[in-house]
Amino acid sequence: MDALVANFGAIVFYALAAVAVAGAAGVIGFKNPVHAAMSLLLTFLSVAGLFVLQRAELIAAVQVLVYAGGVMVLFLFVIMLVNVRTLPEQQTYVRRLVPAALAVSVLVAGLVGVGVWAAFRGPAGPIAPLVSVEGTVMGNTEAVGWSLYRDFLLPFEVVSIVLLVAMIGAIVMGRKEKEERA
Amino acid sequence: MITTTHYLVLSLIMFALGLTGVMVRRNFITVLMSIELILNAANINFIAFARHLGDLSGQVIAVFVITLAAAEAAIGLGIIIALVRLKQTVQLDHVNVMQG
Repeated sequence: MDALVANFGAIVFYALAAVAVAGAAGVIGFKNPVHAAMSLLLTFLSVAGLFVLQRAELIAAVQVLVYAGGVMVLFLFVIMLVNVRTLPEQQTYVRRLVPAALAVSVLVAGLVGVGVWAAFRGPAGPIAPLVSVEGTVMGNTEAVGWSLYRDFLLPFEVVSIVLLVAMIGAIVMGRKEKEERA
Repeated sequence: MITTTHYLVLSLIMFALGLTGVMVRRNFITVLMSIELILNAANINFIAFARHLGDLSGQVIAVFVITLAAAEAAIGLGIIIALVRLKQTVQLDHVNVMQG
């Protein structure tokens, strides 16, 4: 029982990580897009749990609201609208597995390289608390808000313009052509 | 003890699965979902390093990544709607007008 309590963080991490990876595998494995979308939802929720483990409570909430709420509804809405089931049976590009495997091997090699470098560099310093701004301790949401609206004000404004452009673009593309309407 | 390396390995696995999905699948909707997986993997990295370095900037950038992912999903699904209206397909290999 004591071992269970002592390793609680690790157990939760491995459970969430396993669900996240299984969901990701389901996304590329399922033939039916609705099943793939449900699998993706599972991954999003597990990743939100992992964010909580990393003391990023605000990001976890945003992940649930934006991804599991907004993006997922958008995906399901389009799947229903398009009615993919009536479309011809799909196959996968199996021959393209080789470049994918190559790219992944490069990534693994890079990660191992960084790990070896970090091991030679010695252990990391003490982890500073994530909730202080200029020495004042505050909640995660407040601290992220401070950083967002003070240090990242220009990126914030740029992102709002990007969102506006995306909104207009989606409306323009989704609109019926004039000739089509007649 | 769960270290930052654990999170990096998880992120790598998710990125690899997402990349495989983008390269292997030819259903446009599944490809978009795989791109969301890749962005989520990037977010795991940002959050892990924010914790590792004790710097909140990683979390703020994760907010930006989520915003851009939402915008990308809206645009991508708009393209799907337009594609279905024009060619009645979501299979990427049926869309080869611009192939030389």
